[in-house]
Amino acid sequence: MKQFDYVRPATVAEAVAAAVQPGAAYLAAGTNLLDLMKGGVSRPDRLVDVTHLDGLDAIETLADGSLRIGALVSNADLAHDPVFARSYPAVAEALLSGASAQLRNAATVGGNLLQRTRCAYFYDTASRCNKREAGSGCDARDGENRGHAVLGWSDSCIATHPSDFCVPLVALDAVVEIEGKSGRREIALDELHCLPGNSPERESALEPGDIVVAVRLPPAARGFAAHARYLKVRDRTSYAFAVVSAAAALRIENGKVAEARIALGGVAAKPWRVRAAEDVLRGVAPTADAFQEAAWRALTDAKPSGDNAFKIELARRIVMRALTLAAAGTPARLPALPASPFAATSGAIHA
Amino acid sequence: MPELNLTSAPAHIRHGSNIGQPLTRRDGVLKVTGQATYAADNHLPGMLFAVIAVSSIAHGRVVSLDVTAAKRHPGVVDVMTPDHKPQLAIDPEIKTNPFVFRMEALQSNEVRYANQPIAVVIAETLEAATEGAVLLAPRYESLPPLVGLDAGESFVPPVVGVGNPTENHLGDVEAGLASAEKQIDATYETPPQYHNAMEPHAIVVQWDGDRLSVDMPTQGLVLSLARIAELFGIAHDKIHIRSPFLGGGFGSKGLMGGPPVLGIMAAKLVGRPIKLVLRREQMYGPVGHRAPTRQRLRIGADGEGRLTALDHHARTVSSTFDDFYEPAADASHTLYAAPAIRTSHDAVRVNTGTPLFMRAPGEATGSIALESAIDEMAWACGMDPLAFRLKNYAEVEPISGKPFSSKALRACYEQGAARFGWAKRSLQARQMRDDAGLLVGWGMGTATFPALMFQAEARAAIRRDGTGVMEIGAHDMGQGAWTALAQIAADAVGLDIDRVTFKAGTSDLPDAGIAGGSAHTATAGAAIHSAGAAVIAKLADLATGDERSPLFGAGNAGVIARDGRLIRRDDESRGESYAEILARAGVAEVEARGTGAPNPAAMEEYAMHAHGAVFAEVKVDPELGQIRVSRMVGAFAAGRIVNPRMVQSQLFGGMIWGMSFALHEEAITDRRTGRIMNANLGEYHVPVNADVPPLDVITVDEHDPHVNALGIKGVGEIGITGSAGAVANAVWHATGVRVRRFPIRIEDLLTQS
Ligand SMILES: Cc1cc2nc3c(=O)[nH]c(=O)nc-3n(C[C@H](O)[C@H](O)[C@H](O)COP(=O)(O)OP(=O)(O)OC[C@H]3O[C@@H](n4cnc5c(N)ncnc54)[C@H](O)[C@@H]3O)c2cc1C
Ligand code: SF4
Repeated sequence: MKQFDYVRPATVAEAVAAAVQPGAAYLAAGTNLLDLMKGGVSRPDRLVDVTHLDGLDAIETLADGSLRIGALVSNADLAHDPVFARSYPAVAEALLSGASAQLRNAATVGGNLLQRTRCAYFYDTASRCNKREAGSGCDARDGENRGHAVLGWSDSCIATHPSDFCVPLVALDAVVEIEGKSGRREIALDELHCLPGNSPERESALEPGDIVVAVRLPPAARGFAAHARYLKVRDRTSYAFAVVSAAAALRIENGKVAEARIALGGVAAKPWRVRAAEDVLRGVAPTADAFQEAAWRALTDAKPSGDNAFKIELARRIVMRALTLAAAGTPARLPALPASPFAATSGAIHA
Repeated sequence: MPELNLTSAPAHIRHGSNIGQPLTRRDGVLKVTGQATYAADNHLPGMLFAVIAVSSIAHGRVVSLDVTAAKRHPGVVDVMTPDHKPQLAIDPEIKTNPFVFRMEALQSNEVRYANQPIAVVIAETLEAATEGAVLLAPRYESLPPLVGLDAGESFVPPVVGVGNPTENHLGDVEAGLASAEKQIDATYETPPQYHNAMEPHAIVVQWDGDRLSVDMPTQGLVLSLARIAELFGIAHDKIHIRSPFLGGGFGSKGLMGGPPVLGIMAAKLVGRPIKLVLRREQMYGPVGHRAPTRQRLRIGADGEGRLTALDHHARTVSSTFDDFYEPAADASHTLYAAPAIRTSHDAVRVNTGTPLFMRAPGEATGSIALESAIDEMAWACGMDPLAFRLKNYAEVEPISGKPFSSKALRACYEQGAARFGWAKRSLQARQMRDDAGLLVGWGMGTATFPALMFQAEARAAIRRDGTGVMEIGAHDMGQGAWTALAQIAADAVGLDIDRVTFKAGTSDLPDAGIAGGSAHTATAGAAIHSAGAAVIAKLADLATGDERSPLFGAGNAGVIARDGRLIRRDDESRGESYAEILARAGVAEVEARGTGAPNPAAMEEYAMHAHGAVFAEVKVDPELGQIRVSRMVGAFAAGRIVNPRMVQSQLFGGMIWGMSFALHEEAITDRRTGRIMNANLGEYHVPVNADVPPLDVITVDEHDPHVNALGIKGVGEIGITGSAGAVANAVWHATGVRVRRFPIRIEDLLTQS
């Protein structure tokens, strides 16, 4: 392994100062970064370990009713926090559908947001990859690309963002709090990840030294708790990334959809919010026809980037199903197989 | 010799014989407490770490390696390359016997497949060696690689598997097809698969002058030893290999591959002990895999559902530099009573590491195609798949006409079907749903695997304190040899298992052959059995020839060994203990050797196979296409069951592997470069716990007087066969979609909703 410096700052300000230099990378639980380093995909000169920073591991309800989640809260702790799971059930379900219990115990909120794509050519240093090495080409384009993007891709990159967590978060208008060399700022999660365009090497809105300190869910996000689901289709029952996933959240008043939120995962370089589909549902009864219409609207811009046309039809069906499940109501308990099509029949076997 | 403290749980105190008892693993405590030493757990004073650099191209030549940069890296001690390496005694390209496969030992700059070893970096730490390998920054002269089942010209290999004829014929297949009322003609594809044992290939090695000490997982201690001896030009007795535990082998640790040889060379080069462990992704190349296949089945049946012809052709691949051909079509030789059978193979050469034996080589790939085709035929005849199989039940082995040495398959069908509730199955597909609206499908497959025997030797001794010793260089790959073979040993010398010191797992012990072909328990067991009988006979000679003994004059045939005593067969009240016999004779111990080997006369007369019937239930989301197996029942007849607990685990493992074959496993190969794009356990899918449903294994009683003295057939591989097809057939029954390319994927099932 390449030799690197390891620093463990005591404060966020020190962290930013240490990470602003070229070649530095933040290290959280390392479940993604260390794999990338072992494979020679990331070769940082300096690791800035954020796991000992104070004050980033709290889950707090703010005065205005929003919820603030520190960047170091583990995926498992967040999902199992009873208040959190009750208030944002689709987010808890998404978290618990990701990776494995061991990984969720380690992985952090910040790391989950900023995890890198699983494009096999990105991981394979012998392949050309514009994201890993700007301008080198994209071997996924004509390669084994069954799992690649059907929305928002460009000829320079067809990779997807693999996070489950981000999908319901973006549906619920989550906000990301960032600390950088010019102080603190916040952006919508929807703005955090970049579409590839001509510069897929730029993956997020973060500038050098920027650290995610927290994720916030606005007060309105709680309004969907009664009708919110995450659904994730995968190649095996657990411990697999989404082939396609969707979060659906509804606010139903007097038998009508007052507001709908829909986002897709596994289809683009970012969690894919589909506002046009949400609009279809505003003010209408939650019927199969309406959901069908929304599902069509959600994928109107989709096009295959390779051997993956099936993902478009699959995504439609997933949106349809996720909306149907959400309309039926959030289950009192999280299913043993969270987000699985087999959730309802899973018996005692846990993911 | 590692000190092994094998224990058996007190909960299993037994009365009477050891064979047949469900003992827990005697090495279980060692394993769960982390005391079982796997090869890579060894750490020697002064040891260096070796890391292999592998090729990123699949075909061409290495034109440069930046050895200077690697050596400049702190901690790097040396870099072994084709230009800088110890000389081997013979060219590794020479095949000195059919069980020698060509390997890469840095003999040239040529690159024949992706992930081929091209250099070895030796350093004080693993990290330094790893970085050194990166710094080599190889440059290549690349040639277009041959990739996939349609690469290049196809040819008919001289043999498939281990010396099987490429083609077999019985009767007139074309006439049989022409006369058939129903015909199917279907082509199935199976992908390349990799063994992916949990424990990567590893070696810790030390030279002491011309003596060589090796810790390395191997399924074939003596074969490996012989290969090392010829490659390094040293005598067999100068080499000592320890392999007390394997973290799985599945065929990939059977024969000596290149990586451990590189470890031994590295140790020679630097004159210090070396540890070399493959990274997971490096296991996708130099240590074998299951070749992909494309199989065409043409089957005919008459108006009553009786087969008229079975034609099974398999296309497979081998490497560009060696020969191993997955004998997939041979699966059609033994199961169904067609009057006309033709099996044939052809192959193309591709830029891949040479394919090898992988758990049920040929049987697994052939079985999923054959069982799918039989299912398709049953449907074409409008028959229940079990009724169809019973109608075509083979009373003698179809291809050879030989009677079976034993065959309780009918009982497997009956008991499996009853346990599963098969009678309630709808004939038509896509008829069943569960409460949640998921499609439910039921499928079945027949399991079969040959009952093989290799050659083995064992040494038994009875000591003056009345305890026994049994020595055999057997291999525990996790299957439970430490336990099952010790059970056989205990019965062989008429002692309780805790009174027998059972030694295995090192190369200085008698040759146990290879742990493969599901034949290890049978082969090593037969050797142990005969060594035990021989040592007891010697003991009996001492006693019956001595007038001071109560057994005097009883004659060999007249005594039996039980619980550490010899007793008269005609009068069980008369006898004496082993200790008494030896004490009186004034000898410290008696010892004897015994062998296990196939019986050619019996093989000439009988077809010998284990059988089974597997029933699977799957659920499929009708719109989303995701599949989950919800239930499996397997009923197997495999002769004598030495340890029901171990056997059940083997069959569970096989059934899970079968499910994996049908639904998950596939090495995704980039069609342009020949590189494997999912060479890690995150993306090379095998079933996880949530994929594995309640499994039910029934072992059907089967007495086989012909296979070997103990009547043992193997159980290591049969579980995959039948299971893969059962799952695939259940997917069809759930959805009405017949998928013929494995693994079955979500998109295959999205066509309907
Ligand atoms: C086998 C496997 C299966 C998986 N399956 C799934 C799955 O099904 N679904 C899913 O969603 N995920 C899955 N994951 C990914 C997993 O969720 C991520 O690896 C994890 O969330 C990353 O968190 P971490 O704390 O380990 O981050 P690290 O690996 O430490 O960091 C990841 C990246 O984020 C950056 N980073 C970390 N913290 C901060 C911060 N506070 N501010 C700025 N940058 C930061 C790091 O520099 C790095 O680039 C899987 C991972 C593995 C290994
Ligand atoms: S799709 Fe993107 S990440 Fe994948 S190889 Fe192409 S540029 Fe790299």
